[in-house]
Amino acid sequence: MADDTSTDTTEGAVDDVPEVDEAREGIVARFRDALGDAVVATEIQPGLDTWIRVRPDAWRAAAETARHQLGARYFAFVSVIDWLPSPFGRSMDSAVDLELARRAGDEAAVNAAEMQHGVTGGDTRFQVFGRVASVGRPGEYWGVTLKADVPDDLTIDSWVPVYAGADWHEREAWEMFGVTFTGHPGLRNMYLPSDFEGHPLRKDFPLLARMVKPWPGIVDVEPMPGDDSPAESSDEEAAS
Amino acid sequence: MTAVTDRQKLQYIAARAADARVNVELETEGMTLNIGPQHPATHGTLRIVARLDGEQVIAAEPIAGYMHRGYEKITEVRTYAQVTTVVNRIDWLGSFANEVPFILAAERLMGVEAPPRATWIRTILFEMSRIANLILFLGDMGVQLGAITPVFFAFRDREFVLDQIERVTGGRFHPNFDRIGGLKDDLPKGWLEDTKRVMDKVRTFCDEIDDLLMGSEVFQERTRGIGVIPPDVAMQYGLSGANARASGIDWDLRRDNCIGLAYPEVDWKVWTHPDGDSFARFWVRLQEVREAASIIDQLADGVPSGPIMAKVPRIIKVPAGEAWISTENPLGEMGYYVVSQGDLTPFRLKIRSASFNNVSITPWLLRGVYVPDIVTILASLYFILGDIDR
Repeated sequence: MADDTSTDTTEGAVDDVPEVDEAREGIVARFRDALGDAVVATEIQPGLDTWIRVRPDAWRAAAETARHQLGARYFAFVSVIDWLPSPFGRSMDSAVDLELARRAGDEAAVNAAEMQHGVTGGDTRFQVFGRVASVGRPGEYWGVTLKADVPDDLTIDSWVPVYAGADWHEREAWEMFGVTFTGHPGLRNMYLPSDFEGHPLRKDFPLLARMVKPWPGIVDVEPMPGDDSPAESSDEEAAS
Repeated sequence: MTAVTDRQKLQYIAARAADARVNVELETEGMTLNIGPQHPATHGTLRIVARLDGEQVIAAEPIAGYMHRGYEKITEVRTYAQVTTVVNRIDWLGSFANEVPFILAAERLMGVEAPPRATWIRTILFEMSRIANLILFLGDMGVQLGAITPVFFAFRDREFVLDQIERVTGGRFHPNFDRIGGLKDDLPKGWLEDTKRVMDKVRTFCDEIDDLLMGSEVFQERTRGIGVIPPDVAMQYGLSGANARASGIDWDLRRDNCIGLAYPEVDWKVWTHPDGDSFARFWVRLQEVREAASIIDQLADGVPSGPIMAKVPRIIKVPAGEAWISTENPLGEMGYYVVSQGDLTPFRLKIRSASFNNVSITPWLLRGVYVPDIVTILASLYFILGDIDR
């Protein structure tokens, strides 16, 4: 699901787009040199941002490369994305109400609500992503978003040995998503009470306030007078 | 400003070592000191469990989460326009600054750009929230050291700034004023002139604080050489903003990666301090308030005319994509990683708040300090609980 302003360097599609961001291309090239085929996918939005997705087993190596070889000594954050579409339909965030669509036997709507991975793609439900940057030299600031799939056993290497500040971020990701970081000095609850069950930021964890009183959601969105775009009408069909 | 001399540093280290020896000789028993969750020095409900040996901290662990509001979950069921209301409450002393990076990220995904006038007014309000936030720090730092006067000055002069924010946005603390594509309203008549008068008051306040605290021997003794963070440690822990600049890291997102704000139009300076101690953090923030006042003065002179809102649809559906935008907020780097799947609501919103990283260094930083220094070090790191817990 590539953004149309983006250049996918893995496909060699650089020639088609006139704008080439040499600084960012250089950063990606240095990651490729260091990590080899552990770099699964990259994405550059010229002048805007860089994404690099690595194999899960190279997750810590990617951080080490960034810090020791490229000089990205500044750690911004590490977190997890759950790509599962919300199973709760319109009371949550999805545009297609899965429950109603299933009841109506609308296969197309159900299929449309399958997992869609964002920039640089992905294969698994959970992805870790983190941001590091090179700071301190005026005019040479750059940052990169690193991503990796989390294997099905939900464990991935910790970044704490590379960036000490990843400690709290990984504790948060652990309790909110249930992803275990091997090599972390102590995965304890950060925010939740220690006897809390479940992982609140997973998409299949219900937000109770929404369960009790459903959000008007897609019903709220009436098309403007004179504006009947196909997207809106398909939503309504799914809901009705 | 002169750096702390090596002699001073060595004296401090020698004193600590001497104390440790005394503790061993006296066979003092360790004790656990619990500070908080309700404690005036913690700016909210941060709890610190410190393991002590005599007067020294062996290990300290901050415990957050007493104010966790689950914003990352809530924002998944809020439309983009509703999210600003929620994120206002993250750093509640500089609320407007919280809205800006989120709106900029949404604008990038939508391919919308705010008109120049909106950009300038955004920048002015951004800097005013910085002043409103940091003034309180400058006053509060004195209180932690036993000087009561500065905090009264701070509350008095912050009110002038909040009045100005209220005149534009209608809210003192939670403006909810930034919109995708521009701003909710234009400035009221005569606001820019009044703002410049307020900036004079802010400068006077800075001079007063300078007079009251900087020259004070007690203040210097309690802050110089205390809580030193070396630059490399600061970067590993993700310290940003004034905390990083006080460790000598010459980095300011307003200058280095300014997105959608008017900072390149004005003449200003990034202040750094080489020491990395509590004093440096105070000093850098004091200079930043002065610098912010000067930025606002310059911007107020040149606000371009024109519309304040770009053309955006009434119902905002953000195209699928991902964007990371961070700005230099009063407390440090505040960023939003917005994942959109073309819906009315963000699919996932990762909120990277500055205080979360700034406080995560405390277990490292508090090891070996004396009990009274816990309070000054925490005050000098300057965090807002809403910014840690989100």
